[in-house]
Amino acid sequence: MKVLTLNFLTCAVKACKSSTASFPLHPKDCELVSDTIEANPALIYNILPRVDWAALMTTASELGFPTLPAQAPTKEELEADEKMMGELHTLLLETQISEGMLRCGNCGHEYRVKEGIANFLLPNHLV
Amino acid sequence: MDYMIRFTQVHETFRLAEIEALAVLEGIHLEVLSYSPSSPFCFVKLPSEDAARRLVKRSILAKAIYEVWGSGSNYLDLHDNVRGLSQHVWPLYKTCSFKFSVDSFQGSRSTTEQRKLIEEFRFLGFDGPIKMKGAEQDFCISEEFQFDAAALGVHQPQAVHLGRYLGGSEREIIGKYDLKKRKYICTTSMDAELALITANITLAAPGKLFYDPFVGSGSFPVACAHFGALAFGSDIDGRSIRGKGKGKPDLVANFIQYGLTNQFGDSFVADLTNTPLRAAKLFDGIVCDPPYGVREGLKVLGCRDPTKGKEPIFRDGKAHHTEESFIPPKKPYSFLAMLDDILDFATLSLVDGGRLSFWMPTSNDLDQEIQIPIHPCLQITSVCTQEFNRWSRRLITYRRIPDSEVVAGVAREQRTKETGVNADDLNPFRKGYFQGFKAAFSSGKLSTSLAALRPDYEVFD
Repeated sequence: MKVLTLNFLTCAVKACKSSTASFPLHPKDCELVSDTIEANPALIYNILPRVDWAALMTTASELGFPTLPAQAPTKEELEADEKMMGELHTLLLETQISEGMLRCGNCGHEYRVKEGIANFLLPNHLV
Repeated sequence: MDYMIRFTQVHETFRLAEIEALAVLEGIHLEVLSYSPSSPFCFVKLPSEDAARRLVKRSILAKAIYEVWGSGSNYLDLHDNVRGLSQHVWPLYKTCSFKFSVDSFQGSRSTTEQRKLIEEFRFLGFDGPIKMKGAEQDFCISEEFQFDAAALGVHQPQAVHLGRYLGGSEREIIGKYDLKKRKYICTTSMDAELALITANITLAAPGKLFYDPFVGSGSFPVACAHFGALAFGSDIDGRSIRGKGKGKPDLVANFIQYGLTNQFGDSFVADLTNTPLRAAKLFDGIVCDPPYGVREGLKVLGCRDPTKGKEPIFRDGKAHHTEESFIPPKKPYSFLAMLDDILDFATLSLVDGGRLSFWMPTSNDLDQEIQIPIHPCLQITSVCTQEFNRWSRRLITYRRIPDSEVVAGVAREQRTKETGVNADDLNPFRKGYFQGFKAAFSSGKLSTSLAALRPDYEVFD
């Protein structure tokens, strides 16, 4: 599962949706892999406004990536900064969680990631 | 000059929807001058030759586009019309290499006849070399014969056109994505042609994010990825994403097969009624074929018996639901309620101007028709129908309108959530299908006339 996808996901439990603690989910005992994906600046520009930057900063530090700037870069900044563009590409699209758990900071429920596929199905008492 | 789109004579109700979507995607102002479901020739007004080429280059249902040099109900009229409409451009093509061909719809011509028809255009005064391959200009005589012309002994077409070929479409890629050659498919995989058309109608394009909440073996994400979108998918059934185990093909294998791994977003296991996606404008397009309960039962998370399973179960001091082998209980769900859920989800998750397309089945009997669901934030842009014997399925497409354009006060008809617990009670289409449609609404007598249905739709899980 890509870091980009993790930024789109919160806890599946309805009662958690209103709590800020439920997002982002926290990776636990995660194995990371990296795929090589062709650079696609147009995609990054389109993705950036949809990324929750504060959550991405949290995820990056939890996964051991270098600290991100406090503010999301603008399109102009990215056009001028190839290194930053490359790092974002690597973090958002190439880095994947292959095995591990994703924990909700609100209810504590853990979602398993197996062979890169996260499972968000809930037991009946959480539906 | 006007332009003529040469469509294929299949999936007729999808043709204009696809072309209109491609015009939106390319930012081209398109005016349809004449179109008929029974004819493959559609006449349009476009701003330029370049716009014409761009309009059809991604199309699946168009074959090509021509600049119209003339039309008539017979050859005499056509020749006159060509003189009137196009004489001013003849000098432009006086010396270039060229080729003529004849395209007879619902009719046929021998090579001798074709040659005679072509030679009658001698008056154009082209002096350039004739090249059957790689000619600089390609002219086509298009003939429209009436339906069943051969059987009726009619030898003359009812309309004829002369056009200069401008550009072709992407129709040939259907073969590349043919399900028969695909590594990983399941019983509900969408036919390659229809999946590609759906991706076009939903405006899949490079840099965009697309999502299919009922992904199955990934037919729609693959089609969207083909057009350059980053494609995401989820399914309540993890087996469809994972495949049959280690070393066996899975959803990702299809992206690898077609060299589309750069366009693979992600796949995860989730239930749309308990979605983990945060409520934000994340996607440019949502495309799906929700299970309507005939081949695949429609299920969501929860217990059939609402009184059960409210507490976690512990076995040997360990919470059962935390074990890797735990399979959460699922219950049957109403197809109509699911359609409402899809609309609500799309309203939250689509960017402004983003599109939602989904397939839904309906009976061909008017009194048993399933109504097209509506939502104040979603404007219906097209409804296309694929007809079968007793039922049909529709591809319905909506555009997410910006909140500022939503008409306030239009109360949405709230569907009463069905309370039934078995699949038939929850799903009128399924019930109709298995009872031969008529019976479901008449005496209640069970007549399972499955043989009357198409044989390829008799495989059920």
